[in-house]
Amino acid sequence: MTSAERYVTAAYLVVLGVLLAYLVIYAFKLSRLEREVGELAELARRRKEGPA
Amino acid sequence: MSTSLRNNTAVALAVAAFVLLLGGLALAFYWVPDAPLEGFRQRIFYIHVPVALTAYACFGWAAWKALRLLSTRDQRYDLESYTAVHMGVIFGILTLVTGSIWARTSWGVWWSWGERQLVLFLVLFLFYSAYFMLRYSVEPGPRRASMSAVYALFGVVLIPVSFLAIRLAEGLIHPVVFDRDIGSNLAGSQLLTFAVCLAGTLALAGALYANELTGKRIDARLSELREALE
Repeated sequence: MTSAERYVTAAYLVVLGVLLAYLVIYAFKLSRLEREVGELAELARRRKEGPA
Repeated sequence: MSTSLRNNTAVALAVAAFVLLLGGLALAFYWVPDAPLEGFRQRIFYIHVPVALTAYACFGWAAWKALRLLSTRDQRYDLESYTAVHMGVIFGILTLVTGSIWARTSWGVWWSWGERQLVLFLVLFLFYSAYFMLRYSVEPGPRRASMSAVYALFGVVLIPVSFLAIRLAEGLIHPVVFDRDIGSNLAGSQLLTFAVCLAGTLALAGALYANELTGKRIDARLSELREALE
């Protein structure tokens, strides 16, 4: 592989890497949102059952 | 726009981005001939320039949404402007990194402080990076939305300055492709490949923007719900 080929590959891989990193961060965000929805659903259920 | 229509748009943009970027990559590596002076390394052009133009487009979109917020006082534009700045900064990072790699292979250095185009893009990037510091230093609400909108609107002034800097200056090493001699600067195959890559990058930014905006809206609504329930 020539030097130019290495640099061109690196440029394209950087773009791919940043997109993958974004995907990982977004997956963490989704799992946080899912957890929060679960907590709120639990809160809503407890309020519904609450002291009669 | 309804939620289902927004989701369908995001899916359509993601599919378009996948097809166009894959097509652009194939054209760049298997169809376009080596450039006379730059040789094989000129292929960075097909990712670096579309990514840079997409960053400008994101910042421009953020300014447009900021203007809408200031003129209508409709708070939904705040989240839209913020998301566009977020996307612009991601594409800005990609522009700086791919540009730096191109500089290394073309000029032998990773960065040149003498290049106005580079420095002005860095200034634009840092300006929008500081947007987050401003935003999170103010309590959420209409005041924060207005301040963020004014900031996003100011930043857009830097876009034409950054874009035109290279064209107004002389004796620089950063190449200028898009000028009056575009026909002699780029062959038909190169221009077509560039157009496909640019369309793909814009579609990718659109898909990421739509997804990120949905995530931020869910986040905001969950906070409202939590406040109402607790």
